[in-house]
Amino acid sequence: MTDIGIVSYGGSIPRLRIKAEELADVWGKDGKRIAKGLGIPEKSVPSIDQDTATISVEAARNALKRCHINPQDIGSIYIGSESHPYAVKPTGTIVGEAIGATPDLMVADYEFACKAGTAGVQNCFSNVKAGLIKYGLAIGADTAQAAPGDALEFSAAAGGAAFIIGNEKVIATINHTYSYATDTPDFWRRAEQKYPRHGGRFTGEPAYFKHVTNASKNLMEKAGTTPKDYDYAVFHQPNAKFPLKEAKILGFTKEQIKPGLKVSYIGNTYSGASLIGLAGVLDIAKPGDRILVTSYGSGAGSDSFDITATDEISKYERDKAPLIDDMINDKQYISYGVYAKYTDLLYWE
Amino acid sequence: MRDVAVIGIGLTKFGELWDQSFRQLTAEAGSKAILDSGVGGKDIDAMYVGSMSSGRFVGQEHVGALVADASGFSHLHIPSTRVEGACASGSLALREGYLSIASGVNDVAVIGGIEKMNDVGGSAATETLATAADQEWEAFFGVTFPGLYAMIAKRHMHEFGTTKEDLARVAVKNHQNGAKNPFAQYQKEISMNTALNATPVAEPLGLMDCSPVTDGAAAVVLCAADRIGDFSGKPVKIIGSGQASDTLSLHGRRDITTLDASVHAGKMAYEQAHLKPSDINIAEVHDCFTIAEICAIEDLGFVKKGEGGKAVENKITTIDGSLPVNTSGGLKSKGHPVGATGVAQIVEITKQLRGEADKRQVKDARIGLAHNVGGSGATCVVHILEGM
Amino acid sequence: MPKDVPRFWREIQQRYNMMGNKCGSCDRVYFPPRESCPYCRRESMGKMEKIKLSGKGEIITYTIIHVGPEEFEEQVPYPVAIIQLEEGPKITAQIVDYNIDELKIGMKVESEFRKIQQDGSTGAIYYGYKFKPVK
Repeated sequence: MTDIGIVSYGGSIPRLRIKAEELADVWGKDGKRIAKGLGIPEKSVPSIDQDTATISVEAARNALKRCHINPQDIGSIYIGSESHPYAVKPTGTIVGEAIGATPDLMVADYEFACKAGTAGVQNCFSNVKAGLIKYGLAIGADTAQAAPGDALEFSAAAGGAAFIIGNEKVIATINHTYSYATDTPDFWRRAEQKYPRHGGRFTGEPAYFKHVTNASKNLMEKAGTTPKDYDYAVFHQPNAKFPLKEAKILGFTKEQIKPGLKVSYIGNTYSGASLIGLAGVLDIAKPGDRILVTSYGSGAGSDSFDITATDEISKYERDKAPLIDDMINDKQYISYGVYAKYTDLLYWE
Repeated sequence: MRDVAVIGIGLTKFGELWDQSFRQLTAEAGSKAILDSGVGGKDIDAMYVGSMSSGRFVGQEHVGALVADASGFSHLHIPSTRVEGACASGSLALREGYLSIASGVNDVAVIGGIEKMNDVGGSAATETLATAADQEWEAFFGVTFPGLYAMIAKRHMHEFGTTKEDLARVAVKNHQNGAKNPFAQYQKEISMNTALNATPVAEPLGLMDCSPVTDGAAAVVLCAADRIGDFSGKPVKIIGSGQASDTLSLHGRRDITTLDASVHAGKMAYEQAHLKPSDINIAEVHDCFTIAEICAIEDLGFVKKGEGGKAVENKITTIDGSLPVNTSGGLKSKGHPVGATGVAQIVEITKQLRGEADKRQVKDARIGLAHNVGGSGATCVVHILEGM
Repeated sequence: MPKDVPRFWREIQQRYNMMGNKCGSCDRVYFPPRESCPYCRRESMGKMEKIKLSGKGEIITYTIIHVGPEEFEEQVPYPVAIIQLEEGPKITAQIVDYNIDELKIGMKVESEFRKIQQDGSTGAIYYGYKFKPVK
C-alpha cells in the first residue's frame, strides 16, 4: 500500500479580534497581566454570520484550491467541534454539499473537546488504509464559548483547519498515529448548557500534561524516535504556557515548537488548535521535515501523529489559498460591546 | 376602442388612521366618488380594487368581494376584481377598469385603491413592503426596499453627479405642495437642513427621502365617453393608458438608473394620446423615494437622462415651474397607502384638470400624467388625462 | 411549524455553490438558473447546461443599510451591493470583511460562505453567499 497522509490542507480564521485589555477592563481586571500570564494578548472572534459550518467550509475550500482532486472522490467527511451549529443535524453534510462531495459520502460529526478534529484525521486515515475511500476530509473547527467574566473568556477563540487524507500525491505522510484516553473530568459542558465548566488547576497535570506526555512518549516509542528526530512539534495550545512546558517535559526545544504555536496571535481555537498549528508548520515545511503533533481533548485524551513532509510538498500549490500567518495578520479589532453582541451574550426576545 | 372618462373622484385623509378599518376607508372613498359621479348602484357594471397586501396587513384576502360588500353592492351582485402589482396595484386596477370600458364590455366601472398599513407593527409593515422585491434573491440576502432605491441613487450619483442636496430638494418641494393639501399625511413644510440631516435609512437615503407608512383609500368612477351625459359628474378624459413589466429584481435590469418599465409604459401612453412629453402640463409621479422622482422625470422624457437631479433647482418641476410634478405632495408628503396611491394620483390630476385644486391649482392645466410603479420598477402604469 | 424549509433547501446549490446555467443556443450565463433563455426561448428549451460560477465579480452599486429587517438587525449598519459576476449575471449580496474607505463602485470582490439568516433560535440556519474584497 502506498504511503497514506496529507494530500492538502487549508485554514480559516475569522478576521475580528478582541484584546485581552478590552476584555479585562469590563471585569475590572488587569488585562496586561492576564495577557502575559496566558501568553494571549488577543483572540479571534467570529462575526455574527460565522460559525463552525462557515469556518469549516472556508477551510475545506482552501484545501481544495491547493490540489486538483475531484470533490466527488472524497469518500468521508468528519468534522470535530465543540460548537457544531446544531446539536442534531451534522455540520458534515453542510460542508459536503458546499464542496460538491455529496451524495456518495460517509459523514458524521465528532466531539471530543479540543481533539475532535484530530480524531477525524485518524478516521480518514483508517478509511483510506482500509481501501474504503480514495480521499477523506477531516476538519477541526470551533467558535468556542466562554461564560462572561470567566477565565476562559480570555482564550476561547474561533478558527479551523481542514485536511484531505489520501494515498496519492501525498505532501506529508502519516507514519504512525497513537491515542491515549482516560475518564478525566477536567473540563466539560452539560447537554443543555451554554457554557463549559472546568476544574481550574485540575486541568493541568492530571489532564493536559498526563495525556499529552503519555501520548507523545508512546507514539515516539512506537515510531522508534526521540525529540531530536523531529524538525517541528505541535502541541495543543489552550494558552502559550502549557505547550512550552510540555516541550520541556518531553525534551523539545522552543525553536521546534514556535512555528506551530499560534495561540498567542489568535487564542485557543479548541478543535481547530492543533490542526491550525500543524497547518502553520506545513506552510513552511520542506521535503524531509519530520513533525510530531499531539492534540489534547478534555474528558480526556490525546491523539499523536508522526508526520514526514515528502518531496511532493515542494510542488504543492500553497499560494492558491491564504497561509495561516496571512489570516492571522488580516484582522480588525472590536470592542467588548460588539463582542458581546456577536457571541450572543446579549439576549432579547 | 371607446373613449373613457373619469366622472367621479373620492379620497379619505391619508395618515395613521387608528379609528378607521379597511372597510370604513373603502366605504368613505367609494361613496365620495360615487356621489361625485352622479351614478347610482344599478349603473355600475363592475368594480376593480387595488390593494397590495391586504392579506399581510389586515389578514384578509378576497378583497374584491369585500369592497363590493363594504360599499353596499353585494345585493346587486356587481362583479368585483382585486388587482395586484405591488405599489402599482391602484393604477393597475384603474387600467383594468379602463380596458373593460374601452373594449366595450362595461359602461361604468368603480375603481378603488385601499391600504391599511398601521394595524401591524412598523417592522411587519416594512417586511410586507419588501415582498414587492425579489424575495429569494434580494430580500433573503438582507437588502431592504429602501436599500434597493438607495443603490439606484448611488449609481445615479456616480454616473450623473446627482447630489444628496438634489434628493433633499425633491423632499422639500413635495412637502411644500403637501402643506397645501388637506388630505395629505404631512401638511408641514420641511427645511433643506431637516432633509439633509435626517436619520440614515440606507445610504444615501435618510428618513426624509422615504415615503411613510400610511392608511388611506381613493376611488374614481370611470364611464364610457358616450354616456357621460347620463351622469352629473364633471368629466376628464383618459387619452392614454400604458403598462409595462421588467425583471422583478433590480440586479436583473438592463440599466440600474433607468426604469425601462416606466419608459415603455410612458411611450405606450404617449403614442395612444398622440402626444410628446413636452405636451404634458402637470404630472403625479411615483416618488416612493426622492430618487424615484428624479428617475421618473427622466424615464418619462420630461428631462434628459441624467438631468433629473437638477429639475427642482432649475424650477422645472416646482409648482410654479414649467412642468409641476407632485402638486399633491407626492408619496412623500401626501403618504403612500400602497394600493391607494395609483388611484389617488388620478384623483389629483382630475382635480387639477377640473380647476378644483384650490391652493395647489396649476394655471391652465389641460393635460396631466399619472405614473405609478410597482417594486423597484418591475411594473409601471402610466395614464394621460385631458380636461374636457 | 418551522418556516420555509423546503423553499430554501431547493436553493442550496445556488446559495452554497453558485450553480447557474448557460443557454446551449447563445451561451448566455444565468444565475439563478432559468428554465429557458429569455432571448432564445423555445430554441433553448432542453438545452440549458449547468454551470458553476466562480464567485468573482465587481461592485456596480451599493448602499449601507442602517434600518434592517428583523433577521439582520444585529448586523446594522451593513453594506449590500449589486455585483456583476465575471460570467455576466448580476446579483445582490452583503459585503463583509471590508474597510469602510475601500468600499466603492468598481471594487473587485469574491464570494465567501456565511450564515445568511436563521429561523429564530430553534429553527433552521440558512447559509449562502456574501462577498469580500479581493486582497
